[in-house]
Amino acid sequence: MSSIVLILLTGVGLGALYFLVASGLSLIYGLMHVLNFAHGAFLTLSAFVGWQVAQALGSASWGSFLVSVAVGAAVGAVFATLTELILIRPLYERHIEQVLVTVGLSFAAVALFEGIWGTDAVNIAGPAWLKGTTEVLGARIPNTYWVLMIAAALVLVALVLFLKKTRYGMIIRAGVENRAMVTALGIDVRKSFTLVFAIGGAAAGIGGVLAMHYTTFVSAHLGSTLLIFAFIVTVIGGLGSLTGAAIASVVVAVLQQFANVYLNGTGDFIVVVLLAVVLLVRPTGLMGRKA
Amino acid sequence: MTVTTGVPTLVRGRGGAYAPFVVGAALVVLMAVLPLLNISIPGILPGPTYMPGTLALLSLCMVFAALALSYNLLLGTGGMLSFGHALYFGAGAYGLGLALQYFGVPLWPGVLIALVGGLAIAVFTGAISMRVSGIPFAMVTLAFAQAGSVLVRRNQQVTGGEEGLRLPVQYVPDWLVGVVNTRNLYWVTLAILVVVYAVVLWVDRSRLGHLAQATRENELRVQVMGLSPYRAKLIVFVVAALCASLAGIGYMLLQSGTQPSAVGADLTITVLVMVVLGGVGFRWGAIVGGVLYTLLDQRLTVLARADWIHALPDVLRIPLSEPLFLLGVLFILVVMFLPGGIAGTIDTWVRRRRGERTRSQLRQLDDAEPTEDAVELRA
Repeated sequence: MSSIVLILLTGVGLGALYFLVASGLSLIYGLMHVLNFAHGAFLTLSAFVGWQVAQALGSASWGSFLVSVAVGAAVGAVFATLTELILIRPLYERHIEQVLVTVGLSFAAVALFEGIWGTDAVNIAGPAWLKGTTEVLGARIPNTYWVLMIAAALVLVALVLFLKKTRYGMIIRAGVENRAMVTALGIDVRKSFTLVFAIGGAAAGIGGVLAMHYTTFVSAHLGSTLLIFAFIVTVIGGLGSLTGAAIASVVVAVLQQFANVYLNGTGDFIVVVLLAVVLLVRPTGLMGRKA
Repeated sequence: MTVTTGVPTLVRGRGGAYAPFVVGAALVVLMAVLPLLNISIPGILPGPTYMPGTLALLSLCMVFAALALSYNLLLGTGGMLSFGHALYFGAGAYGLGLALQYFGVPLWPGVLIALVGGLAIAVFTGAISMRVSGIPFAMVTLAFAQAGSVLVRRNQQVTGGEEGLRLPVQYVPDWLVGVVNTRNLYWVTLAILVVVYAVVLWVDRSRLGHLAQATRENELRVQVMGLSPYRAKLIVFVVAALCASLAGIGYMLLQSGTQPSAVGADLTITVLVMVVLGGVGFRWGAIVGGVLYTLLDQRLTVLARADWIHALPDVLRIPLSEPLFLLGVLFILVVMFLPGGIAGTIDTWVRRRRGERTRSQLRQLDDAEPTEDAVELRA
């Protein structure tokens, strides 16, 4: 029983991390039809800057932890906004080239990060509580998973509130439904493109700093590893669907954890099998539109 | 319909039709005799052309040119943006190594086994990933390549894990082993490049290729005409994968070993960079891109170690000592300002002088896309 609870809760925690990355990807794809390969680079840069901030403030305190998360979110948002303005916008409506530009950016960024912070992983020590465990129904859950869950829940709530309650959120939702119609109504959708990139970058930035605490180290390849799972999650969840991404993140991560424990560490492989099955049965994903 | 008629694009002035063939044949002959000549191109090649080091670099260029050609078949002819092409390259490389090591077969049956293995993986993954198209297709192929990469890294006893797999040289004929025989390997890779080129040319000119091109332009219309776009795309996908496997076999022989990175997404992205740099949709562009990228990568690595670079302040030294950063920036610049790549730009320039109008292949791919949206609006 306790081992099942352990696997389940760590799965949900890992899913929370996937969701932080996948939510931005899914929104960006839904609105702009751009597959953002640079998302991993946003995440990695935030993690590195978050690490620098935590080092400067003394990494063991909660204050520096929270500041590093906030700085990570800001760095992710700024990097993403600049990417949108400088690289994506000039290639308006040319989706394949937009994808290629983000590919080039991630390619160049990873090399640059390696140049700046070295090819070896950098270790990070967070607040002492993060290294401990909390007992739930006999299972000792590492505390980092709780942080991931809380952060993802906050981001999810904030995103839903923003999308449902604000004017810009409404434009974004309408744009995902039917962009041609929104443009025809005289609304400049391009502003919401930048906004979506900033939001996605901020979520990825938070994810980056937390992923660093979760793995206890940061390397230039942190982003690319997570990005692939985020891609799988967005396809399974249905491209452009935030709810789909949330559900798929948890399903994928829990399945992955169970397979890792009970099927000889085949978690990564099982996820791809799940992807294949979902595509065969329901090519648009769980919550995809055109069924 | 015109889809099935013979060579549509090349019939343009009788004399001109044979010119590409003559130039190509002359180039192949020149490349074939290069190991026997003493030519030095300082700054581009590390030494005279008969030296093993230079020949190894040129062989690597040709292996990647063959891989880029196969990717161009996929992206240029079929319009499929795949992020999992390295899987088949890795399947060729690892397939050959594993076949030799575990079955103890001689080289040529080993090559056959590697190709059959690549074929099987390509049919399986291609059939599933073609359930979706466009960007989702790209993501799914990426996931498959990642699964392959994970399998290779995890099964340490079989594939050597992170260490990579050594080529069991005792099963390889003596004339292909060792630094002394680099020129034989060079000729083998040249042969691979020529074979891949011939296959790609044949597919492009065949009814299958025309069908794939038509599908790229407008899938719905092909379906309405009662043709099967799925099958055409799948066959093109599998042929491209087989060519990539062949390039992987050449890589394995040339490097006498392979690392897990030969399967991963990074290699696919590298190939994508080569093809876009050279010009999507141009066979010679893919070759130019593959060769140029490999040479640049090698020369920039040499540059990164130069003394004057180390003397620079950090702001300049760090970017300049990362070859992949420079190549990534070059790639972004090409996509943004030179969307046809090298071949596309030259082609446009030549055609403009003749008074024809052209559009880059990448834009055509984009133009083909909105049809989905149009259908969606009506639905």
